[in-house]
Amino acid sequence: MVLVEVVDLKKYFPVQKSFLERIFTKELEYVQAVNKISFKVEKGEIFALAGESGCGKTTTGRLVTRLIEPTEGKIFVKGREITFLQGESLRKLRKNVQIIFQNPYASLNPRMKIGNSVGHPLEIHEIATAEEKKRVVLEILARVGLEPAEKFYDVHPCELSGGQRQRAAIARAMVLNPEFVVADEPISMIDVSLRAKILELMLKLKEERDLTYLFITHDLAVAKYISDWIAIMYLGDIVEMGKKEEIFSNSQHPYTKALLSAIPVPEPRTRREHVKLEGEVPSSINPPPGCRFHTRCRYVKSICQENEPELKDIGNGHLTACHLF
Amino acid sequence: MKNLLEVKNLKVYYYIREGVVKAVDQVSFSIKKGETVGLVGESGSGKSTLGLSILKLVPSPGRIAGGELFFDGKDLAKLDNKQMRKLRGRWISMVFQDPMTSLNPLMRVGDHLTETIKAHEKVTHKQAEEKALSLLDNVGISSERFRDYPHQFSGGMRQRVGIALAIALNPNLVIADEFTSSLDVIVQSQILNLMKKLKKSHNVGMILISHDISLVSEIADKIALMYAGQIFEFAETNAFFEEHLHPYSEGLLSSVPNIKLSDQNLSYIPGMPPDLIHPLKGCRFYPRCSYATKICREKEPPLAEIKTGHLVKCFRYD
Amino acid sequence: MIASKYSVSRLIASKLKGLSPTRGAEYFAIIGFLIISSIILMAILAPLIAPYNPIKKTGELLESPNHKFILGTDGLGRDILSRIIYGARIAICVTFLAISFSLSCGVLLGLLSGYIGGKLDSIFSLVMDAVYSFPGLILAIVLAAMLGPGIVNTAIAIAVIYTPTYFRIVRGLVLSLKESLFVEAARAIGAKDRTILFRYISPNVLSSVPIVLSLNAADAVLTLAALSFLGLGLPAPTPDWGFDLKAGHAYLASRIWWPSTFPGLMIVLLTLGFSLFGEGISEMLNPELGR
Repeated sequence: MVLVEVVDLKKYFPVQKSFLERIFTKELEYVQAVNKISFKVEKGEIFALAGESGCGKTTTGRLVTRLIEPTEGKIFVKGREITFLQGESLRKLRKNVQIIFQNPYASLNPRMKIGNSVGHPLEIHEIATAEEKKRVVLEILARVGLEPAEKFYDVHPCELSGGQRQRAAIARAMVLNPEFVVADEPISMIDVSLRAKILELMLKLKEERDLTYLFITHDLAVAKYISDWIAIMYLGDIVEMGKKEEIFSNSQHPYTKALLSAIPVPEPRTRREHVKLEGEVPSSINPPPGCRFHTRCRYVKSICQENEPELKDIGNGHLTACHLF
Repeated sequence: MKNLLEVKNLKVYYYIREGVVKAVDQVSFSIKKGETVGLVGESGSGKSTLGLSILKLVPSPGRIAGGELFFDGKDLAKLDNKQMRKLRGRWISMVFQDPMTSLNPLMRVGDHLTETIKAHEKVTHKQAEEKALSLLDNVGISSERFRDYPHQFSGGMRQRVGIALAIALNPNLVIADEFTSSLDVIVQSQILNLMKKLKKSHNVGMILISHDISLVSEIADKIALMYAGQIFEFAETNAFFEEHLHPYSEGLLSSVPNIKLSDQNLSYIPGMPPDLIHPLKGCRFYPRCSYATKICREKEPPLAEIKTGHLVKCFRYD
Repeated sequence: MIASKYSVSRLIASKLKGLSPTRGAEYFAIIGFLIISSIILMAILAPLIAPYNPIKKTGELLESPNHKFILGTDGLGRDILSRIIYGARIAICVTFLAISFSLSCGVLLGLLSGYIGGKLDSIFSLVMDAVYSFPGLILAIVLAAMLGPGIVNTAIAIAVIYTPTYFRIVRGLVLSLKESLFVEAARAIGAKDRTILFRYISPNVLSSVPIVLSLNAADAVLTLAALSFLGLGLPAPTPDWGFDLKAGHAYLASRIWWPSTFPGLMIVLLTLGFSLFGEGISEMLNPELGR
């Protein structure tokens, strides 16, 4: 069953101009963060959205949770369109769609005790009485490994380590029993030796609560470890998408291939095939015409500079947006 | 061959209101000329402090509290600030994590390089400029960008400029502190290739400080793994990855996702990061070690040479 | 001006027995606190500790300090010590009233203006900037003259000049906090704007206020004294330090120093108390590292 669907989603941010710039340049410029993407997330799946900085993955996460509104396109949750929800209906959506942020040092109110932060969603949605709230929060604090829960209930975030704060943030996201959780780089600011602990927690919670994750990351090794389905983004477009095993063993898009070969591996003896990719990601304010990757692609043809390639199914649900296909 | 850098029982402490943070606590190691050492550790391991202390750039309230630092036979601890300034940039240079803040935003990149060269070498302005241009070319920046300002460069380009500055005067030792952490994967591999090229062409000694052990393994000759202000394993890169003798090394390596493996059993190291103000009496890794025995809690193991060139700080190998 | 005060206080503090600036700051804060609390205590216990009625003639005119009137008497034969003790009531009362008014107005408006933004913010900022750019004392004089004498009126006149200070500080903090991650997280769990403003943003903003409070109070004491000196504060025969300072001024030429000196000293003392406390707390909370 498709839990979340995104159709032709676009988000363009107007560029802030200085006073003088506004006088001398008439046209408005846009940061084309997300450029007409479509994908489906099946219930119970971990869908990874991967790419380098500026590719639009974080913006997509914000769009799907309706923290921002799309410029164009539609978002569906459980078949119901949520693209332009406002007010109370938007608030009700929050019970089912939650988000875990990247920075555990900034995502918790420094002046609120952990117990209150984690329990606040219950208050907002008037789900529980004060005693029930405390009971539920203690339970979930224990569940995420913050034990003894009573002690963690009464502390402030500054008294916790990064890993503990992230677990509190996860608890807060889980307390309303959502079906769909967007995880925006949840471990990139955690110490290396402790990352797997957070991932393990997320996987356990997924099993217990039948969760579906949209896992946003720039670390493809982590994406490979945790995801079922993966979409690779570049400069606002999805360039390749498919089952995890397919993408990692049989990547087709030139960008995906370059990206995978650039990732360091903890095995010094392996001589890796470095796909040399020159240059850097162009600006998303004036992206290259046609295929946005053509400026760095070794297989570039004239059609690439004119037409934006569509995502084509090349078998097995493996989609890629490239004129080579 | 005489060692380029010799660190003996170095102690670097931060004196704050809550107590004394023993960021680097009795660290000893050495680097030969042209050798690249990867200094790896997680946050709080002391690796950045160690890097800064070699240049005597540890910010207050920290300072070197003991030990010796020999660079090319000279005891750095005895040098005053004026003498250190002569060393910095010319003999030992540094590449920082964030290229945006380490470059003067009001100075054109080309001028920055030219001025640096002129400050240390007796050359005319024209000669310095020529050298600056060739340096930029060396790091992959076209000469058209000579007169641009830092903010006109992307992150990767700025880091290249930072590297150009670091090798401008042909130093013997370059210390790079998380020099790719702010960069994306593809740019990171470009910069890494650049460093490999420069390593060959300049035969410069390097200390690469990073939390990313996979990254460091691509370029380092030796790996020094730090934890709680001390070095727990020091070995040649291949030996480190094949043998990973210390339990911490073992734990760390099995918590790093390897894109080459399918069905990897990713694990983590239980416990919490160490308290640097009240370090443990015995082995500092003891609370998180699955091989710990009684002696580990009582006594601190020495950093001992188990095999030639392979040092480990663990009672399992005593 | 505040910047130079910092460097002087740091200099003095580090000279104080070669202590680190932070330690010196703690002493400042403690001394300041003691001064303020003693004066408050004096104000509260005035009826019990004042030897005479402050507004009645109880002695000869202009008696120099003696065993009956410890600080002497003023030009109307009133005991100066009693007037000073009761004067503390006025000083403390008006100062706290003024500060409370400016605090509540400034903070509330700053919160709303910063969070809501848009036209509302533009209008408020404009008004506050206009008031702020006015020389404080002149504005207070004009307002006091317009409102007339009395404790509340004087407090209002003083409050107006400090409101923009709180407004600006709070608004600036709100603007930056509005973009912070934990506020976005609050929206993600469905919190209403009202909740975000008062439970997420305010607590993080208000912690910066107390420091300004104390320094403002110091300034307010001086402003009140100035208003009273000019005859605009409180009506006679209210025992007021500024008023007495002015009244005693006339006798200085005749070497009769006590009617103006003691009230003057009290003004200085209270101002010093607030200043020391405010600076001490500020330095303690944001320790500047000595080299």
